[in-house]
Amino acid sequence: MRAMRLLGTHWRIAAMNELQYRANFFVQLLHSGLSLVTGLIAIWLVFQYTPSLGGWSQPELLIVMGIHIIVGAVLRSFIEPNMRRLMDDVELGTFDYVMTKPVDPQILASIRELRVWHLVDFVLGGLVLGYGMIQLSTTTSALDVVAFGATLLAGVLMVYCVWIMITSTAFRVVRSQEVLNLFEGFYQTGRWPVTIYPVWLRGTLTFVIPLAFAITVPAEALSDRLSAATVVLAMSFAVVIVVVSRAVWRMNLKHYSGASA
Amino acid sequence: MRLANAYWVQARLGLQAQMQYRVASLFSILGFIIEPVVYLVVWRTIATAQGGAIAGYTADEFVAYYIAWTLVRVTNIGLTPYVWDGRIQQGRINDHLTTPLHLFHRDLASFAGWKPVWIAWWIPLASLLVLVFQPQIRPSLWQILAFFGAVITGFVLRFIVLWVLGLTAFWTTRASALFEIVTTAELLLSGRLVPLELMPPWVQTLANWLPFKWTFQGPIEVVIGKTDAAGTAAMFGYQFLWIAALGVLTAVVWKRAIRRYSAVGS
Repeated sequence: MRAMRLLGTHWRIAAMNELQYRANFFVQLLHSGLSLVTGLIAIWLVFQYTPSLGGWSQPELLIVMGIHIIVGAVLRSFIEPNMRRLMDDVELGTFDYVMTKPVDPQILASIRELRVWHLVDFVLGGLVLGYGMIQLSTTTSALDVVAFGATLLAGVLMVYCVWIMITSTAFRVVRSQEVLNLFEGFYQTGRWPVTIYPVWLRGTLTFVIPLAFAITVPAEALSDRLSAATVVLAMSFAVVIVVVSRAVWRMNLKHYSGASA
Repeated sequence: MRLANAYWVQARLGLQAQMQYRVASLFSILGFIIEPVVYLVVWRTIATAQGGAIAGYTADEFVAYYIAWTLVRVTNIGLTPYVWDGRIQQGRINDHLTTPLHLFHRDLASFAGWKPVWIAWWIPLASLLVLVFQPQIRPSLWQILAFFGAVITGFVLRFIVLWVLGLTAFWTTRASALFEIVTTAELLLSGRLVPLELMPPWVQTLANWLPFKWTFQGPIEVVIGKTDAAGTAAMFGYQFLWIAALGVLTAVVWKRAIRRYSAVGS
């Protein structure tokens, strides 16, 4: 409860800060617009040459793309800026200020930043997703929508856990910036269903960087191909990764030596 | 002669700086290599499903195309206009203006100096891709040599394109916005996203009139055997033509930019 109130306060401050720079909205709009256009062109090109890609139709791929943009918006507006700030804090020693507050440091470190303008992608991703749904020939039941919501939330949670594990290694090696760049590279793979990739890459995208759970699985829910077994696997893996990441965080936190120590 | 010497020194400095961040380079290159792997998988899947070939490209040629792509990409990284935004906004360009060597040569030489480190990382990664995806194309010696040559001239050409684009930072504080538009155009019109043969005819015509194609698809075609000796010679011709034309443009724009610029604090 208290964490929720803190989140609200931090978001309000962050939003007020960013809303001062209105021109950035147009910069973001341009950026998001261009990547949307290239994404749509790529899908259009694919379907010039084939009626389906690895069993996925055009509307289904639009759903995947919409979810990819929405999860990307969560990443870039919320998860990534917090992780960057955490790394900067560790490098400068200012993480002391987080440690001395009467709140769990992991919670505080994860909610301090919000990049409001990236929320443009929420709208764009939602539009692409909605358009894909309208074009879909199969009907979507209420149960599918519930499964979609649940797997999407679990998937985003898993991605956050992976990030907190990567970032908390900053307590040991200080610079994880390059690892984060690599993560951004991997994120591009999520634009297509992971089922088209070779086994080694699919495995990586499922259990190391869980984009399969965050993007492909929710898309499967909406395109009527999700099995109960996958839902169980996703939920169990979410529980495992939450527990593991918490343990990794605590282990790494012990290595933080502070600015004045 | 003095210029050659300056290049040599600057390139060695660039190399040494990059040597300190070997692991950082590895991660960056890994990030770069994921992009073509995605394209490779998508188009190989489609070509295979459509009976082995689309738009004149077999599944195997797609594999070879995107593996050759990786060296082109690793080599043709230039100075992005983001750096220019910083140089102008924070006045850091002043340091560069007081040295006798033209900033263009300084930048080009130090970027060239990075390449050995990046290419050293590229070799094992590309070998891995060859092992995993098994392309059946066996280029001849002259094709390999011409490819390496074209990759280098392609780098110089792309470097000039980016550099002259960066100069717009003297007029606008948001050169990076323009940069994003141009990189999107490049993605579509260079053969970076897909071989241009897959694009509608009017896009292919447009691409022929722009420099981008000669920095991606041009060199790649040489090594995967999509062009003959005459085509390769023509490709080099286009590269040099563009380098000359944009070189002149750069010189003109640079003169005007410098006249316009007044340092912070003056």
